Amino acid sequence: MWTWFHRLASPPTFYRLADRFAPWFGIAAAGLLGYGIVGGLFFAPADYQQSDAFRIIYIHVPAAALSLSIYMLMATAGAVAVIWRIKLAECVLVSAAPVGASFTALALVTGMLWGKPMWGAYWVWDARLTAELILLFLYVGVIGLNQAIEDPRAAARACGLLALIGVINVPIVHYSVEWWNSLHQGSTILKMGKPNMNAEMARPLYACLLGVYFFMGYVLLRRTQNELLLRESGTAWVKERLESSNV
Amino acid sequence: MSSNFLNMSGYAVYVWGSYGFAAAVFAWNLIAPRLRRRQILKELSTTE
Repeated sequence: MWTWFHRLASPPTFYRLADRFAPWFGIAAAGLLGYGIVGGLFFAPADYQQSDAFRIIYIHVPAAALSLSIYMLMATAGAVAVIWRIKLAECVLVSAAPVGASFTALALVTGMLWGKPMWGAYWVWDARLTAELILLFLYVGVIGLNQAIEDPRAAARACGLLALIGVINVPIVHYSVEWWNSLHQGSTILKMGKPNMNAEMARPLYACLLGVYFFMGYVLLRRTQNELLLRESGTAWVKERLESSNV
Repeated sequence: MSSNFLNMSGYAVYVWGSYGFAAAVFAWNLIAPRLRRRQILKELSTTE
């Protein structure tokens, strides 16, 4: 198993595999998101309390879920980078930060646009919202730290440590609705037993949820390839690819 | 029917604002790496 792992961590191997899988991730994402958005906007029945405003859910929930998952991926890459100094992990770490930040911002903004009509407020300093905002600051911190340090390897090491320090925030965001009196709705999808949501409302939501993960996969593969090209620019495999104009 | 879709029962600003920002985020995530790739290739091929 370790041989497979080490082979995968080899930059040219990863680059090749990324080229092979990325288009499929993209197609899966487009299909699932297409089905989910169309279903959510056109076919899901209006909510009896929130009427058509609930349709924000098809953006807000996938974005929020992704914001947490990308952070976990980034922190894991950070741990691998710090402990084993694997270059590929450094590339994933650096690539994940801007993607995660953008989806955290999306979750926050759509949350605000949902909160204003429903709660009467764009923002409250409740546990979940505050913790998600902190998540955004952590992402921005990783991005800033990476740009501030010249040597890419030293930068990745610092960013990995920052990502690891901040990872405690992820369970805080997730469990905030359980641990504290939160204005935010409690767990619906992940709670034990069958979720209560109407199937015609739920199906597009699951499609969007799965779709954004494939989207994340596509984007991260492309971004990681970019980082590899940069860091390995002097190597034979990169030079070969540049010459064959197959990059 | 169409009035309700565009109007979103009065919540148009909030719903379409959300979907609009989402479109921007998805577009940026698709375009930025592509632009960066082009920039990298240009840099790498001119520093021979």
